[in-house]
Amino acid sequence: MTTSYVEAIRAALGDALRDDPRVFIYGQDIAGSFGGAFKATKGLSELHPERVINAPICEDAITGVAIGAAIDGMRPVIEFQFADFASIAFNQLVNHAATTFWRTGRPCPLVARLPMGGTKGSGPFHCQMPEAWLSHHPGLVVVAPATVADAYWMLRDAIACDDPVIFCEHKYLYNHLRETGDPRLAERLPLGAAVVRRAGSDCTLVSYSAMLHECLSAAGVLEQEHGVSVEVIDLRCVRPLDTATILESVAKTGRVVVATEAWPFGGIPAEVVAVIASEAFHLLDAPPRRVCAVDTPIPVQPDLYAAHRPHAADIVEAVLETVRF
Amino acid sequence: MTPSRSIGDAMRLLAGRAGLSRELRLAHLRWALLARIVDDRLLTLYNSAQVPGNVFTSRGQEVLAAAMGVHLRAPGPGAIGDIFAPLIRDQAARLAFGETPLDVIRTHLGKVTGPMRGRDGNAHRGELAKGMLPMISHLGAMPSAVAGVLLARRLRGALAYPDSCIGITSIGDGGTATGALHEALNVIAIEKLPFVLVVANNQVSYSTFNDRSFACRDLVDRAIGYGLRGWSCDGTDAVDSLVAVGGAIAAARRGEGPQMVVASLLRLAGHGSHDDARYMPAELKARFGDGVELAQAAALAEGLIDQAGLDALLEELRALVRAAADTARGEANPDPERDDWRVLSTPDLLAMPGPTAEANP
Ligand SMILES: Cc1ncc(C[n+]2csc(CCOP(=O)(O)OP(=O)(O)O)c2C)c(N)n1
Ligand SMILES: [Mg+2]
Repeated sequence: MTTSYVEAIRAALGDALRDDPRVFIYGQDIAGSFGGAFKATKGLSELHPERVINAPICEDAITGVAIGAAIDGMRPVIEFQFADFASIAFNQLVNHAATTFWRTGRPCPLVARLPMGGTKGSGPFHCQMPEAWLSHHPGLVVVAPATVADAYWMLRDAIACDDPVIFCEHKYLYNHLRETGDPRLAERLPLGAAVVRRAGSDCTLVSYSAMLHECLSAAGVLEQEHGVSVEVIDLRCVRPLDTATILESVAKTGRVVVATEAWPFGGIPAEVVAVIASEAFHLLDAPPRRVCAVDTPIPVQPDLYAAHRPHAADIVEAVLETVRF
Repeated sequence: MTPSRSIGDAMRLLAGRAGLSRELRLAHLRWALLARIVDDRLLTLYNSAQVPGNVFTSRGQEVLAAAMGVHLRAPGPGAIGDIFAPLIRDQAARLAFGETPLDVIRTHLGKVTGPMRGRDGNAHRGELAKGMLPMISHLGAMPSAVAGVLLARRLRGALAYPDSCIGITSIGDGGTATGALHEALNVIAIEKLPFVLVVANNQVSYSTFNDRSFACRDLVDRAIGYGLRGWSCDGTDAVDSLVAVGGAIAAARRGEGPQMVVASLLRLAGHGSHDDARYMPAELKARFGDGVELAQAAALAEGLIDQAGLDALLEELRALVRAAADTARGEANPDPERDDWRVLSTPDLLAMPGPTAEANP
């Protein structure tokens, strides 16, 4: 038996609805036989007709509703059809959800699911990565699972978490990433922990979400073709950052490359590099490098799109430049 | 301006006036007067540089806000209570709903003893345990949050018609232009929630008059477009406000769906304590009375209270507010060294318990 990334998300939602009467799901086109634009909620409204609720197109109000329900004791999970549309909910997320605990002492346990990231032919408004701008605001937990097991357990943990969690799920992984077995039986890592996905000694390679898989294939190429041993870290949770795991690895390798599918300016890699530069400067043998998307909106035409996002080859190149520094 | 009124509205007013008890009228007067006195005290504190930031008073809107407050039910032991998200000019409603003058002043002074602990100030205050959502500045953001509380209660089976708890919030004429309000009212109507929106059309949004905020004939016309029931009232008139707001709240409690009251009145001060409102035309000032003065005069004329009783009431309320100010001023400011500065309620995301029975009781 294999389970896909989106099936793991559906399983986590279904199990949370089954186990906890406080959980409800609110979003566009999620109920009925349709079951969501990416089928993440398919079959759930049949089992829980009152707690899988279709919303009109109103990301601001969807989020406001979730905030009110969360502070009144529920565990709302809201689905944005695409992460790009979370910009409409920006105000409620960063000014309302993120400030509630700090201002009032009452937690605001909502989960916002954001289907993000690039898929071929989807263009500027259906491929964006929202993690950097949402991470900037104190008060939100921002996670981006890269594996099927994490898709399941991080969503279960996000729902169990007392704070607002931005759950960035990668659309490309939905049906392209499969793992054998039932994710429920896989290891559950702490929500806020980064993890070493591949051990190595020459260079640390930090990433998250779908870019992790480009990093892992780059690490294979580097090992086999260049004899370079790369340690690959999956951040999993981009805010707050598990800096201890990053610094521990850099202490070992002295070199670091951070890869993301998102834009470079003010992004997660910039933050990771800043932490390393200020806290582990003395451990570095080479300047930290970033591998990011081209700093323009995301193009729709496949050749342009392929050139826009980083690939394993770009990461291989960046690591080689770093180890040869 | 007398708000445009249908024959149905007029009949409702006649019937409603007869139903207003002396106790309700006197309670209403008390909260309106207390709000005025609290506001005056806040301005005194502001003028002596004791308030970090500004003071936003309800001047001119006390009668409308008090009409909200006297019809609300605060939560208590065994009683779920209403959910109320007040905005900047709802002082009288807050007081009637259970906020103490002491907490009002504490918040304005930034005291650590207040409900916001110095982290937020002036009108951005509330206590979730007392059914009061603390507003964020962003106009239009609160109605959907109130809807969320009501939806939560519906899912838990806690909306008990025909005597349900309700959710209520207000918005100004300026705030009606926000997209957030549009999204929220549409959702509220779809979900048929027991919700009341009080639109306080005080003719001005900071310095912008109605003609630059909306182009419809009357804001109440929007109600039908959303699927809400609309009510109009003269927000400077105690009886009119009590009947319309009370009627809307009662209808929501009975399960008749969301209601919208549009009150016409005038902001009788600057936007905030920093604003002298020199832009306010004399023509508008001539058109609207001061609701608090009108309410006192009406109470005397109708024999609800005599002059000696009114004087005693005013003295009692002033003493209450004076004592609250004295207490608050003696209390501690937050200590930056001792504040936990914690922004997440989860102490450690590396050690968070998972979705076990303990985590999800
Ligand atoms: C979304 C948003 N934009 C701008 C502001 C700044 N602002 C605060 S109050 C105000 C005027 C509000 O007017 P109105 O809604 O009529 O309420 P009133 O002050 O008259 O009670 C403005 C522009 C805000 N709080 N929220
Ligand atoms: Mg106004």
